[in-house]
Amino acid sequence: MSKTEIKKSSLSISENGLEKKISSKRLEVLKTYKIYIGGQFPRTESGRYYVPVNAEGKKLANVCLSSRKDFRDAVVAARGAFGSWSNRAAFNRSQILYRMAEMLEGRKAQFIEELIQQESSKAKAVKEVNLAIDRLIYYAGWCDKFQQLFSAVNPVASSHFNFSVPEPTGVVAVIAPQSDSLSGLVSVIAPVIAGGNTCIVLASETKPLCSITFAEVLNSSDLPGGVVNILTGKVAELLPWFVTHMDVNAAIYCESDLETIKMIQEKSALNLKRISFYDKVKWNTEEGQSPYFIMDTQEIKTTWHPIENVAGAGGSY
Amino acid sequence: MPKSISKGKSNIIKLKFDTSWKYAPAPESKNAATIKSQYDLFINGEWIKPSGNKYFDTINPANEEKLSEVAEANAADVDKAVTVARKAYEKVWKKMPAKERAKYIFRIARIIQEKARELAIIESLDGGKPIRESRDFDVPTAANHFFYYAGWADKLEYAFPNRKTEPLGVAGQIIPWNFPLLMAAWKIAPAIATGNTVVLKPAETTSLTALKLAEIIQESDLPPGVVNIITGAGATGAAIVNHPDINKIAFTGSTDVGKIIQRAIAGTNKKATLELGGKAANIIFEDAPIDQAVEGVINGIYFNQGHVCCAGSRLYVQESVAKVIIRKLKDRIESLIVGDPLDKNTDIGAINSRQQLDTIHKYIRIGKLEGSEMYESSCALPGKGFWCRPTLFTNVAQSNRIAQEEIFGPVLAILTFRTDDEVIEKANNSPYGLSAGVWTDKGSKIFNMTKRMRAGVIWANTFNKFDPSSPFGGYKESGYGREGGLHGLMPYLNLNALSP
Repeated sequence: MSKTEIKKSSLSISENGLEKKISSKRLEVLKTYKIYIGGQFPRTESGRYYVPVNAEGKKLANVCLSSRKDFRDAVVAARGAFGSWSNRAAFNRSQILYRMAEMLEGRKAQFIEELIQQESSKAKAVKEVNLAIDRLIYYAGWCDKFQQLFSAVNPVASSHFNFSVPEPTGVVAVIAPQSDSLSGLVSVIAPVIAGGNTCIVLASETKPLCSITFAEVLNSSDLPGGVVNILTGKVAELLPWFVTHMDVNAAIYCESDLETIKMIQEKSALNLKRISFYDKVKWNTEEGQSPYFIMDTQEIKTTWHPIENVAGAGGSY
Repeated sequence: MPKSISKGKSNIIKLKFDTSWKYAPAPESKNAATIKSQYDLFINGEWIKPSGNKYFDTINPANEEKLSEVAEANAADVDKAVTVARKAYEKVWKKMPAKERAKYIFRIARIIQEKARELAIIESLDGGKPIRESRDFDVPTAANHFFYYAGWADKLEYAFPNRKTEPLGVAGQIIPWNFPLLMAAWKIAPAIATGNTVVLKPAETTSLTALKLAEIIQESDLPPGVVNIITGAGATGAAIVNHPDINKIAFTGSTDVGKIIQRAIAGTNKKATLELGGKAANIIFEDAPIDQAVEGVINGIYFNQGHVCCAGSRLYVQESVAKVIIRKLKDRIESLIVGDPLDKNTDIGAINSRQQLDTIHKYIRIGKLEGSEMYESSCALPGKGFWCRPTLFTNVAQSNRIAQEEIFGPVLAILTFRTDDEVIEKANNSPYGLSAGVWTDKGSKIFNMTKRMRAGVIWANTFNKFDPSSPFGGYKESGYGREGGLHGLMPYLNLNALSP
């Protein structure tokens, strides 16, 4: 009897202790940050990873150190997705961008937490996430409007109907901004895909967390696989492949490193990629959005057709 | 056109143009044009001697006779031109009210019209193109281009919503030999209308009409230094590209040189517009108006001896109509008149240079070696000068070099296809994307094709049409930026956000 009592009481003591222990020591489930290619979340084929740390030296996560081959796979996925994405009704692209905003709104808390981990204050993080959502909505609205703004029916002197319209350039390689790891990322992706292009994005090297979580948002937003592909890794390692790949039509770089800019200009001459440098853009302001960003990855196509000119009726019938 | 139809042994009705009567020669008079024996460099509104004191000959490719000699600008001359262009930009042109700028440009357009005959003659003499083309196309279109952009000068705030425009500064412009005056107009007109100043270099084989344009610019009283025209070959062009005080390079020419230019300006703040090579697909469906299509194909490839970056040099014919179209094309090239560029009857003039003729011959050899069947007109060629008969190849494979590479001559590669998807795949299978053509009577098919073809200019049921209001420029390795139309303003402007 007493034995049992002792047992019981010792159990209750240990139970209490155990409870305390578990509540303070519950093993956190760490997130594996994988890359995003063709609507799937593979690990890098290279099996490599790196460990970005924040200012206090706290380890953020094990993040894929993507390779040239991952990039090549991503280009294949982006090229494969280009035909159907560019041929979709602009209205439909608009709906999907809006859906992305909805999904991002629903996961706000997670992004704020990640931004704080990556050394942002709470207030700043909230502001950045809100801005990223609003920016998606801004470009959702442009999807079926910028064409009207930048098209023209040209009054040629001969008897022809002639018009010029923007068309997406194709596959775009994007080096996302290193700071503004969410709002900058969204600000460079949105105009590219709003215009019907597909892209491969290299996330901020030092602050990659939001990029992969954003890929999860994309994955649940009706955005077809392959339209946006997101890699994590070293800019210095991957950038040369981004700008020399022969099936990439355009490249975007957001930093101001002159040597890198020069390298991009030289190497992209290989197949005359259209290159845009956004080193002076402040993504967290109004100047970080405009339809002219969409036009940076558009081509102008001009179409001619004769107008029959045979009947006797003049213009004043 | 007099023609008689006769039945040959093969029972095929053939066009015959030479049985009833021959065309009497109808040559334009050389005397209506004044060509000086020597031309200096046009810098700061004056003619100045090249500092290296070197001149090179410019010849008539139709008879290899020397027409004149032209100054060769070296790096010091380029520097001189850029310096005065900078000064003119800062001190005069940028500050001038836009409507006044416009009036100078209108004035240039008018003088080109007044001197149209002389310009057309010189264009044909120096470049070898038929007078019919220089008279009816090159020169009037050049004048129209100045007219078109003159009017934009004081209306730029309407062109780019929510943006304030600002000129770039000094533009270095390098143009090719296939449309010498017209390319000068395409380059100069939008640049100065938007408030930039210009250093332009024409191609070394065709400097004369650009120098005539310099005379016109002098006559127009355009402020000195706004447009400078300097002559020379590749080294002069390189000196322009590499000059540190140039803000913008506008280049029309080969894709190879375009890439060299992009590499050369890497790491600088120079902007660029590159209008480069092409290998246009021209597609005929079985439901096309066959005779119009054949005529369009002829115009597409033999216009200007095929020295056209947007030439329809790859013909895709739907299998069901291939036989009849190939027969009609062979018949039609037999009737093309090859000869004296100054003769108003001439359809095909002289090849621009010996070098270009060698390139064309090289590709004709390659075409034969690769197993394609060659057919050329049986016409006689003049003894002197550079000539090439209108030529076509049948049984060409997609992978053949004559179907992949730009020949820049009167050589057509003919391929066949069965389905829409197949021909789209083949047409887009090219590093180039400058232009394309489609022939069909079905409207919905036209829009399907024009939408899916990856090229900057698409002609449906027509080909090789140009207009100052119509943007021109390529996709992919055919370059970037547009010339012509509203879109042609953008490459010469910075677009700044309106301050809040």
